Amino acid sequence: MTLILFSYFAAVIVATAIGVIASRKPVNSALALLVMFFHVAGLFVLLDAEFIAAVQIIVYAGAILVLYLFVVMLLNVRAEEGYHRQFVVGLVVGLAILIEAVLILSRSGFADRFPPTVSLAPSAAAIQGNTEAIGRALYTTYLFPFEVASLILLVAMIGAIILAKKGIFGKEERRK
Amino acid sequence: MNFSVTDIGAVLPEIIVAAYACAILLIEPFIPKDRRNILAFFGLAALGLAFYATVNLMWTDLSVMNGMFILDPFGNFFKLILYVAAAMTILLSIGYLKREGIDLGEYYAFILFAACGMMVMVSASDLITVFLGLELASIPFYILAGFKRFEAKSLEASAKYFILGSFSSGILLFGISLLYGLSGTTNLEALAQHLRGEEIGNPAWILAMILLIVGFGFKVAVVPFHMWAPDVYEGAPTPVTAFLSVGSKAASFAVFLRVFVEALGGIQSDWRLLLILLAVVTIVLGNVVALVQTNIKRMLAYSSIAHAGYAVIGLIVGDRLGIVSLMVYMGVYAFMTLGAFGVVMLLRRGGVEGDEIADFAGLARKNRLAAFAMLIFMFSLTGIPPTAGFIAKFYIFMAAVNAGLTWLVVLAVIFTAVSAYFYLKVVMVMYMKEPDENVQMVAPSAAVMVLAVAAAAVLLIGIYPGPFLDLAQNAVLQFR
Repeated sequence: MTLILFSYFAAVIVATAIGVIASRKPVNSALALLVMFFHVAGLFVLLDAEFIAAVQIIVYAGAILVLYLFVVMLLNVRAEEGYHRQFVVGLVVGLAILIEAVLILSRSGFADRFPPTVSLAPSAAAIQGNTEAIGRALYTTYLFPFEVASLILLVAMIGAIILAKKGIFGKEERRK
Repeated sequence: MNFSVTDIGAVLPEIIVAAYACAILLIEPFIPKDRRNILAFFGLAALGLAFYATVNLMWTDLSVMNGMFILDPFGNFFKLILYVAAAMTILLSIGYLKREGIDLGEYYAFILFAACGMMVMVSASDLITVFLGLELASIPFYILAGFKRFEAKSLEASAKYFILGSFSSGILLFGISLLYGLSGTTNLEALAQHLRGEEIGNPAWILAMILLIVGFGFKVAVVPFHMWAPDVYEGAPTPVTAFLSVGSKAASFAVFLRVFVEALGGIQSDWRLLLILLAVVTIVLGNVVALVQTNIKRMLAYSSIAHAGYAVIGLIVGDRLGIVSLMVYMGVYAFMTLGAFGVVMLLRRGGVEGDEIADFAGLARKNRLAAFAMLIFMFSLTGIPPTAGFIAKFYIFMAAVNAGLTWLVVLAVIFTAVSAYFYLKVVMVMYMKEPDENVQMVAPSAAVMVLAVAAAAVLLIGIYPGPFLDLAQNAVLQFR
């Protein structure tokens, strides 16, 4: 059962991910991305990580993607005329790297762990409940990375304001 | 799982820098627009305090925060370089921001945030911290590069750096996720142990290693991951370029070294070969392309690429001497590159920055001291004794010869000779060409001080390298 579900989610993720980059209309790309996010959330559920699955949908599908769509619609981004002129070269190189990566990974012992068996053993997370386990880990083991991540978000926020807000440089800006 | 005072004490320098950066953001609105310079001194105070804290913690060797963060002399050595680089950048910025009309308090906060990210990087002992430190160091630079947002060049630099930078971060993250999948841990020490127990020849380790090389290679700008460097260096405000070229490179090399020598030491024979290849193309391409540049910032960008190539040799050697030589190289490189960019900042051509090599014409007659300082930096970048650049190259080459890489040293020396052409061309233009009346020279006292300190440091390390070398050597003794 896990295998069937996993295969379904994986197949849809790959197909929609290709759709995101192959589609010429930005809105179609965004919608393909949305479908992809939902299926990634499905994978998380499969791994008994309900909290991450919920966050995946709320944050990525709910917040980030809606923002994307707003920007796309407000700016009225046109559909791309055609692919980039280096499309063929890129495709060949990309496929070559993909085949190499698949060959390497197929010999690496990852395949023995397929389908994912992580979920079968009742882990601490499963007993305690996901949210609590994640919260505990975030504020103890991973406290330091957690704090660094908060700084990153702060910097990104202020940076966006600086790059986008009108008139912060005063007169000089009219020099253009 | 419990936190103690030791945990907090060990990350005190990072806390100081981050707290001051936030404080600058908070008090900026209360400071009148024409007195924003005060904020620069806030930044200097933060770096001074952090410097003091790091000097006190210098020789402790402690793993804290559940193995996320390691306080050791190796990291502390790099932190000292970072403080000096950040402080010099702030001093150089004071007059520059006013001249360019980008006098915002956030600038200093971002410099501090970037410095904080680099400090996290050099002290990271877990791949999660490595990645987050890298991001905290990169994101301020994406913004700082585009700070002159009314100039197309600056915006182009920002956009280019952001897109390519996030792409390389993605590749790095993919490598990290493979390592985690293979070993079940992201801790560098645990990874090393796992690799020792692993049967040799699992190709996925190689794939992860290659992805990591791409990610780190982008940050230190080695060929073929260097394409962003010239455009970003040219477009970004010059103090930002200087800090990017010095701080970001030093921190990235520190983390590159820690991850590869410590965690991936078990597959050294594999990454060694790849890095030798990268070093060769980097040294050749960096030096050859620099020959034809007419813009000094682009020229220094290619020069910084070439220097990354020399520094990679220290990483390839990977033994104690190799690590010491890399540390010395990064320290020396900081002074000479900051100095060179510092001189570039002082030239003005009709209201804009004079960043063409031709603008240096006759500088010796206009300002003898600035020309002499530039001469010292150019000699040092070439590696002519008695400057520090010679000592740095000498140690790198000695380490490589000891490790049996004589042919690589021969090649590097040949291309050092090639590099003399474009470095000494600047000197020639300064001393032998007629002065150009359109180019003026500004000389704010803070910048003059920085140039004097940098030039003095380059000469001092070149003539009497003993204490500096001892510091690096002692710092490596405890390297695990």
